[in-house]
Amino acid sequence: MKIASTALAIALAGISTAALAQPITGAGSSFAAPIYGKWGEAAAAAIGTKLNYQSIGSGAGINQVNARTVDFGASDMPVKAEDLAAHKLMQFPTVIGGVVIIVNIPGVEPDQLKLSGELLSEFYLGKITKWNDAKIVEMNNGLKLPDLAIAPVYRADGSGTTFVFTDYLSMLDPNWKSTVGSSTSVKWPVGNGAKGSEGVSAVVRQVKGGIGYAESAYAAQNHLTTTQMRNKAGSFVKPNMESFAAAAKFADWSKVQNFAIDLNDQQGAASWPIESATFVLLPTDAKDPAQTQAVIKFFDSSFKNGNKIATDLLYVPLPEAIQNTIRAAWSAQYKG
Amino acid sequence: MLGDKIFAGIATACGVLVLVILSAIIISLFVGGLPAFRAFGPGFLTNTDWDPVKQVYGAAVPIYGTLITAVLAILLAVPLAFGIAFYLTELAPQWFRQPVGTAIELLAAVPSIIYGMWGFFIIVPIMGDYVQPFLIDTLGEVPLIGALFQGPAFGTGILTSALILAIMILPFIAATMRDVFLTVPGVFKESAYGVGCTTWEVMRSIVLPYTRASVVGGVMLGLGRALGETMAVTFVIGNTNRISTSLFGPGNTIASIVALEFPESPAGSLKLSSLLALGFLLFVISFIVLAISRFLLRTKVTK
Repeated sequence: MKIASTALAIALAGISTAALAQPITGAGSSFAAPIYGKWGEAAAAAIGTKLNYQSIGSGAGINQVNARTVDFGASDMPVKAEDLAAHKLMQFPTVIGGVVIIVNIPGVEPDQLKLSGELLSEFYLGKITKWNDAKIVEMNNGLKLPDLAIAPVYRADGSGTTFVFTDYLSMLDPNWKSTVGSSTSVKWPVGNGAKGSEGVSAVVRQVKGGIGYAESAYAAQNHLTTTQMRNKAGSFVKPNMESFAAAAKFADWSKVQNFAIDLNDQQGAASWPIESATFVLLPTDAKDPAQTQAVIKFFDSSFKNGNKIATDLLYVPLPEAIQNTIRAAWSAQYKG
Repeated sequence: MLGDKIFAGIATACGVLVLVILSAIIISLFVGGLPAFRAFGPGFLTNTDWDPVKQVYGAAVPIYGTLITAVLAILLAVPLAFGIAFYLTELAPQWFRQPVGTAIELLAAVPSIIYGMWGFFIIVPIMGDYVQPFLIDTLGEVPLIGALFQGPAFGTGILTSALILAIMILPFIAATMRDVFLTVPGVFKESAYGVGCTTWEVMRSIVLPYTRASVVGGVMLGLGRALGETMAVTFVIGNTNRISTSLFGPGNTIASIVALEFPESPAGSLKLSSLLALGFLLFVISFIVLAISRFLLRTKVTK
């Protein structure tokens, strides 16, 4: 009887705190959805803040926060300074993720093939069409490559991952920059589109000679055949937590406004060259400032306690210095 | 008396509501698409570009993809549907007609996402591993039509989409055909058999001429469904904004490009407007197809 009443008291206490704290709502990036989900569970237990996050795509998330139908928006592509000002938004990054290259070449093991951004660009421009092309063979001394057509696969749906990938190609190849450019969806010169990372990886798995790109977390969970990449320092690196974290360390955050940093092609011999931060957009003129405060409390707590969760899901936590800079930016923006 | 009037009023309101909803959809699509129509003019219909980086949008590729997949699907589905309907009305033993008829109706009830997943995981590998390489090695070598059967065997593409669409619209066409074949008065058929016609001759000279208009109407209904199909096509078409000569090449349909691009289109952007304009065009195309089918069905009724 006593145990039952104690249990009841605990249950009632749970209900009352839940009733006090209105859930915060967010929408956008599907890339960040798994980590926000886990952070949401952790925050509900730690500080009683409930998160209702809808993974509807970065563009739609920006639309929703512009219309103020959600407490915060989430985007993989940093929003331009003038747009932030126009819609009265504050932008900050939450977590970093790598984009990896996946291939299907008979006889090639995971992380065996070596590629560079220049080569990737020529694959997706349709200039190199065979896996035994002299340029690929030269880069992969000793690896036996078949006389097989290269079949490039890309995301057909608008996606932050596509932005990161095409932005990387634009940096490495001026030709890509002038003919295709970078965006969440672009006009692909060759190849086949598939819906979502699951679609891209399924097509690559089915088509011999296929090549595609996917978020690191997705590739790792599904044991896809990834490749090495040549980075800015000229060394070849394998896609893993160490190389993702190395690139994040070299990023110079002090030079960018609104944290709108581009993490592609960073310095450092161990840095993975294709990666990006994912961003949160917070209204500076919210109708209900308490909700904005709750969002800040949520991410503050997630920065404090969520780094382990992030690495478990193969995201790279932000360096501590940056987390503190973001905290300072919050206090500056939302005084009192 | 009052009850009658109220009932009549409510029924009228229901009828009018359909018109209101329909015109509201058409108008809002047109108004939403207006910036795109203004920006690109009539060239919107013929421009093959879809370049979100340079903000140039054209409808030619999705329109082409929509029409070619739908027409190919009809070409594949109609002979098969005819065979099913003919078998069910003339040849099948009585006890077998019911199960096959029910199976056809069940096929119509399968949600399109199921066709999409099944197509992507089962049909696409079969097409990529066996069908396409075979066709590339055989028909691909033939002059003139060879160009239709070339390129890398992705498994996805125009032909695979048409195949999935054909399976999806098959039950609609087959069921319509079966029903109209059954409307042929027995006396006509018996007379034909009486003067020594074979089954095929009865079909060709009696049943088909008698039901021609309705059969075409049924085909048009299938075509209407094929034009607007979204999910199943999105899975298997390869989603690329290029017009390729090969049937194995990837493409795009209006419905699939709208589904794929919509979430990444900022409010008020030219891209969103172009997608709404595409929606409007799909509406117009479907309306034309439906109007033709209504017209053909009507000629039958008034005969």
